[in-house]
Amino acid sequence: MAITVEEVFETASMTLYQHLDIRTTTLGLNLKDCIHSDFEKFRKRVYGRVRQQGKRLIGAARALEVKYGVPVVNKRIAVTPVSLIMETHLSVRKFISMAQTLDRAAADAGIDFIGGFGALCQKGLTLSDRMLIESLPDVLSRTRRVCAFLNAGSTASGMNVDAVNLIGAMLKKTARLTPNASGCAKFVVFVNAPEDNPFMAGAFHGTGEPDAALNIGISGPGVVRSVVEKNKDTDLSGLAEVVKRTVFKITRAGELIGRELAASLGVPFGIVDISLAPTVTEGDSVAGILEAFGIERVGAPGSTMAVALLMDAVKRGGAMASAHVGGLSGTFIPVSEDRGMIRAVRSKALSLEKLEALSAVCSVGIDMAAIPGSTPESTINAIIADELSIGIINRKTTGVRLIPVPGKKPGDTVVLGGLLGIAPVMAVNRFSSGKFMARGGRFPAPVTGLTN
Amino acid sequence: MKKELSFITVIGRDRKGIVAKISGLLYRNDINIEDISQKVMEGVFVMTMLVDMSGYKKPLSALASKLDAIGSSMGLKIQVQHENIFKMMHRV
Repeated sequence: MAITVEEVFETASMTLYQHLDIRTTTLGLNLKDCIHSDFEKFRKRVYGRVRQQGKRLIGAARALEVKYGVPVVNKRIAVTPVSLIMETHLSVRKFISMAQTLDRAAADAGIDFIGGFGALCQKGLTLSDRMLIESLPDVLSRTRRVCAFLNAGSTASGMNVDAVNLIGAMLKKTARLTPNASGCAKFVVFVNAPEDNPFMAGAFHGTGEPDAALNIGISGPGVVRSVVEKNKDTDLSGLAEVVKRTVFKITRAGELIGRELAASLGVPFGIVDISLAPTVTEGDSVAGILEAFGIERVGAPGSTMAVALLMDAVKRGGAMASAHVGGLSGTFIPVSEDRGMIRAVRSKALSLEKLEALSAVCSVGIDMAAIPGSTPESTINAIIADELSIGIINRKTTGVRLIPVPGKKPGDTVVLGGLLGIAPVMAVNRFSSGKFMARGGRFPAPVTGLTN
Repeated sequence: MKKELSFITVIGRDRKGIVAKISGLLYRNDINIEDISQKVMEGVFVMTMLVDMSGYKKPLSALASKLDAIGSSMGLKIQVQHENIFKMMHRV
């Protein structure tokens, strides 16, 4: 059946007026075969691989942008977790040097962010993991493009609280070393981290992956909001239905472009991540969808149900549209990168505690939240541990990106710049759980993980 | 030769010369118009042209920027997109 004018208009409107785009194409690269006992040779191999593949990715993605008229906003690289490939080069100096190599290779290829400077330490820390964490303040302050992560727990393994207890101090040091604490925005701590997540800061190329894989993150909060606004009087089933249908369509566009891009690069197509991801551009807001649902400001009672409804409808549409849905496939509600979220915090509708509650129904976590720089390290660790517990018990990914901003107090604002947005500083509960966190050790794997 | 079909979408206010300008450009570039439809939707004029690009040998970006130039001179949004994206989004 021929495509109708209405259908062409619908697709063209999505890209022209509603910010439909491919939010990210992320090429995962295995770097294990670059390992060499001679560190200089090792670095050269890593540089060559990242630069060459990065350039190819950018060229191929640009060609498809023109062919389909859909912007591919970000072209990125994710690599094997760096703590794994550095096991025989254990010095903080070498870790920093490897990060600078990745940074330079990405810059020379024209890649804005490269992910994978991280460690899988859900059950314990290797010497290499410890060294990586120790190097992070220097890495995050001395490189521009390198993104870092830790996977500090899983439903199968429980939580490595000893690892979590290292993060508060690391973040505070990073905050002191970078303008407006912006280095902290390039670090995320997860539980149940997916090995094929295309979104930064947490993208890495997992150990179960092939030599290379192309993963894609679609987006389109603006498209979903627009369709919700046209359905002001539908009941909740009807609302879920229109969201589902819309997400089906935008995921199909992602699937098409992802597959074609992978084929033109000669690498396997990995997954489509169906997460709705906002930007600070007006109209490109996930909070805007919730407001169009009828929530005055995100954080108001009813917000958790709204996120749950949205997320489930997104999954229904996305799952049917793609052969391989993967990555995070939640919904992102980063505070600093979404105008509606910023408004919600400023008008005191949204607190850190409500943000945590929202993450239980499949947003990915507490993301891009600025807190006062005076927050005690043990409290930062405890906020992280709370969020990660939600993921462990509920068998889902959760992550935390906290930005403790030196000298700032609740109500202040910090400009992180560019894609990272503007963060209103959020209030933190002043009571301590320092003694509890100091117990350390491992949070045992929950019985919800015993599925065999 | 196998057809390479794309849609050119024109969105804006109807005025004289839209079809003439675009079809002139397409003719000069060996692009054949297979079908034209137009309709007023949500208060705006929408025209779609299904075109066969198999005779077009230059970079696609060159055509896109020429269409852009026509669009801005006439106060219209003009976009060219390969037909696969419409098939993927609107046909199961």
